[in-house]
Order: sequence, then C-alpha cells, then structure tokens
Amino acid sequence: MTVPAVSNSSEQLDRARALSAFKLGDATFYWLTRLSALAVLLILGGIILSLIVGAWPAIKTFGLDFLVTRRWAPQLSPSPVLGALGPIYGTLVTSLIAMLIAVPVGIGIAIFLTEFCPPILRRPVGVAIELLAGIPSIIYGMWGFFVLAPFMTDHFMPAVIATFAHVPILNVIFAGPPSYLSLFNAALVLAIMILPFITAISRDVFQTVPPMLKESAYGLGCTTWEVVKNVVIPFTRAGVIGGIMLALGRALGETMAVTFIIGNSFQITGSIFSPGTTISAAIASEFAEADGVHMSALILLGLLLFVLTFCVLAAARLMLARLEMKQGK
Amino acid sequence: MNALYASRARKDKIIRVLCVGAAAFGLIWLGLILFTLFSNGLAGLSLSVFSEMTPPPGSRTGGLANAIFGSILMTVIGVAVGTPIGLLAGTYLAEYGRHEKLSFYVRFINDILLSAPSIVIGLFIYGAVVVPMGGFSGFAGSLALAVIVIPVVVRTTEDMLLLVPTQLREAASALGLPRSLVIRRIAYKAARTGLITGILLATARVAGETAPLLFTALSNQFWNANLMKTMANLPVTINNFVQSPYEYWRQLAWTGALLITLAVLALNIFARLLGAERKSK
Repeated sequence: MTVPAVSNSSEQLDRARALSAFKLGDATFYWLTRLSALAVLLILGGIILSLIVGAWPAIKTFGLDFLVTRRWAPQLSPSPVLGALGPIYGTLVTSLIAMLIAVPVGIGIAIFLTEFCPPILRRPVGVAIELLAGIPSIIYGMWGFFVLAPFMTDHFMPAVIATFAHVPILNVIFAGPPSYLSLFNAALVLAIMILPFITAISRDVFQTVPPMLKESAYGLGCTTWEVVKNVVIPFTRAGVIGGIMLALGRALGETMAVTFIIGNSFQITGSIFSPGTTISAAIASEFAEADGVHMSALILLGLLLFVLTFCVLAAARLMLARLEMKQGK
Repeated sequence: MNALYASRARKDKIIRVLCVGAAAFGLIWLGLILFTLFSNGLAGLSLSVFSEMTPPPGSRTGGLANAIFGSILMTVIGVAVGTPIGLLAGTYLAEYGRHEKLSFYVRFINDILLSAPSIVIGLFIYGAVVVPMGGFSGFAGSLALAVIVIPVVVRTTEDMLLLVPTQLREAASALGLPRSLVIRRIAYKAARTGLITGILLATARVAGETAPLLFTALSNQFWNANLMKTMANLPVTINNFVQSPYEYWRQLAWTGALLITLAVLALNIFARLLGAERKSK
C-alpha cells in the first residue's frame, strides 16, 4: 500500500513542478511578444524624438520662416540663411509628375493583367513586375544617370521646348535650356520605379472583385471596358486610391533614384527642365559636409519629410482598411 | 442602334490597345534597365572584383572585396537583430492580441514604418547611435538595417500565423499544452515556410538599401571587420563611384550594381519558390 502512495505523491510533485514551469514559460513568452509589439511603437517614438532633438537648433534659429524661405546659403556669414521651400517644391513637383505618368500606366497594366491578358502570359508578366519592384532604388538612379538622362536631354527636351516656345504658361513650365540634371529626368526615373508598385497593388485589389459581379455585367452585354469602368473600378475604388497613395509615399521619400540626376539646386525656376532638389536628395548630398545649424536644418528637412509621408501613408492605410472591411475580413 | 453598338465596341478596342500599350511601355523600360545593367556589369566582372580592395582615386586595379564583405556582414547582423523582434511582435498581433486596442495601433504604425522613407531611418540612427557613440560605425549601419527589417517581418509573421487553422491550436490545447508551447510547437511549425519566406524578403529588402547607410556605416577604403569603425559596403561604394571622373570606378560601380541586383533577385525568387511549395502542399 505504501509504495503506490509514495509514487503518487512524487508524481504530484512532478506535476506541480511541470505546471509551474509551464506557467512561467507561458508568462515569459507572453511578455516577450508583448514587449516586442511595444518595441514597434517605441521605434516610431524614437524616430520622432531623435529627429526633433537633432532639428531643435534649426527650429530655434529659423522658426516657421524655414518653411517659406527660398534661400539656401549654408556658407553665409555671420549666420547662414536656410529655407526649405526649394526642396519642398522639388519634392512635390517630382512626385506629382511621377504620379501623372505612373498611375495611368500602372492601372492600365493591372487592367491588362486581370481582364484580358492571355492566361499563358499572366503569371510571367505578373512575376516579372513583382521582381522589378524589389530591385534596389540605387540601380534605377544609376540607370537614370547614365542612360535615361542623356537620352531625354538630347532628344526629348529640345523637341518639347521648341513645340511650346510660343504657348503662354507652357513655355515657362517647359523652358530651356535642356539639362542632364533636371526635375523632369528625376521624376521620370521615379515614375519608372513606382510603376511596379502601382501595378502590383492595383492588380491585387482588382482580383478581389467577386467573379459573380463581373459575370453578371458581361451577361447584360457589357464590353470589357464597361465592366472595368462600371463594376471593377467602383468596387475597388478605395483600394486603388490606397495603393496610389502608398506609391506616393514612396515617391516622396525616395532618395537614391533621384539624387544623381536632380542637380541639387535650391532654385525655384518654374521650369521642370531645370535642375532642382528634393528633401531627400538635399539630405543625401549635403549631409557629409554639414555641421552646426546646417546639419540641424538637414535633420529638420528629414522631420518634415517624415511628417509628410506619415500623413500620406496613414491616409493610404485607412483607405485600404476600409476596403478590407467591405470584404468582411 | 447599330451606331451605338459600334461606338461601344470601338471604345472597348481603344482601351484594350491603350492597356496593351501601357504594359509594353512599362516592360520596355524595365527591360532596358536590366539590359544596361547586365551588359555594363558583366564587362567588369572578374575574379579580382572579389579578391581586391576598393581602389584609391586614379588607380586602374582593384575590386570590391571589402565592400562585398561589409555588405554581407551588416545585412546578416541587421537581419539577425531585427528578425527575433519582428517574429515576436508578429506573434503577439496574431496570437495574443488579435482583437486588442494595442494591436490595432501596433499594426497601423507598423504598416507606416513598412513604407517610411529609409533616409529618415538613417537620420534616426545617426541621432540615436552615431552621435552618442562619437562616430560612424558598421554597428550603426547594422542597426539601421534592423529597423527596416522589423516591420517587414512583423507583417509577414502576422499574415502567416493567421493562415494557421484554429482547429490545430484547439487540438493542441485540448491535449493540455500551455499557450506558449501551442504557439511555438504547433503554430510556428505549421507556418514555418511562410515565416522563412518573410525573413528572406526582408533580407532582400535591406540588401540594396543605400540611404540609411550613408549616415551610419559611411564607407571605408580598406578591409575592416571591426564593427565599431566605418565599414565599406556595396551600395555606398556604388553611390561614391557613380559620380566619379574615373572610368575604372564607374565600371566597378556597374559591377557592384549587378552583384546587388543578382543577390536581391535570387533571394526574391527563392522566397517565391518556397511560397509556391507551401501552397501546393
């Protein structure tokens, strides 16, 4: 009788020990995961805090004037004059031109892929586009510098400048002389770079349209274009706009694709064929030789860029979330 | 009535042609980029690229050995630091806090960090690591890459764990396994290839990052395995060589660009094959 009793109590002891080990392991793992999740929030806080600390001297020196000053003279004595208007202008103009080119083309490719691409081509073209979205941006920048910019400047720009020379307004936007380093060349490289993003996201959201809806429209006698216009696009509008804003977020913050060919000039000329700069290009090309308030102003530019992209990306995510809710996910 | 039909059909045809044109337009540019990259990069590819250090100005010999080594080292460390945090955070989102308020915020912020400009991440590490430590270092470069890795891994981990059927977890719980073991032994195992795919994609993402390394690792002309000093790496080397007046440097920049692209494409394709394998099971 005694033997089973002893084994029974030691068994109970084992069980208690195992249970407490489990409990400890459970709690540890839970807190590890929870802390890691909090670390994500901490990174965001760290980014904002570190940028504000770095930018503080510039904020104190220039205040809100920083946003509206056109002049960028870091070497001026006794004290430098630095204004962000040039880089902000360049960032917005290059992103705008890039979106004007990439959005219609990207959505066109997505429509082609989902609606009337021969099935044999669908996968290879889709995979090719996804792979191209993964190519590092410095490659696009190099290619723009060595191949695209010379070609556009020698062949495309002179023709456009000549065509619009006597049209008011347009002759300012397309004013010469053609320059290898220009806002337009940078915007074109950006457009080519974000094209795969827009295509991939639009294709994915187009594929969420229930086939039943499309087939009903076809059944009523709609042409492919009518199905796209009246069924596919209305159904996925929030998703497509979300995808476009995601691409816009990339275009605004892209550095390496534009730095080589934008010219790093802080002038605002109004012509898209003249050199300019973007926020990220200004930071990348001046950071190495900057110090003091100049350095701080570059960090302030980074803070502005972060705030700008944060707003665009937040809006994009909210729109994409709305689409997901519509699907009942 | 026939005129209406004809005009609808015409419109449809025009749009079709435009869409095919868009596809051709996009693919031509992208094809041109790859063509230039390969034709220029292959011309400079030789053994000395892998065995010799980056050349001083004006030199006509030299390779990229130190830059290749530095890139691999910093990428590996960045992924090794970022992956555990990303995996655990993704686990929290998918397993513990699926419907909590905290998860909602973390998910939202993570998605924004996922596409935040990498140059800002570089500035962040410059302010948080480089300035306090008193100098540029390979360590700071690795940390910058880790910050970029984390959101990618968080996202894929959450997505992959959500694909694991709940019944599997319930069955394990019914056998008496505690929650943490259910996650580690059952959910992780079921989602394993998906998790690996995510890590590979994150590696591919950081392998070509240039902007954050400009302010953190800087570059170095010599062989250096000391993480506390500036470290050569392919992207920054390319960045410095592209705009140089020396023909030989520009040639090396193309070769380096080809190497990076091949590495990134290989990682992407490998990740995709793994993903396809999982689906076919």
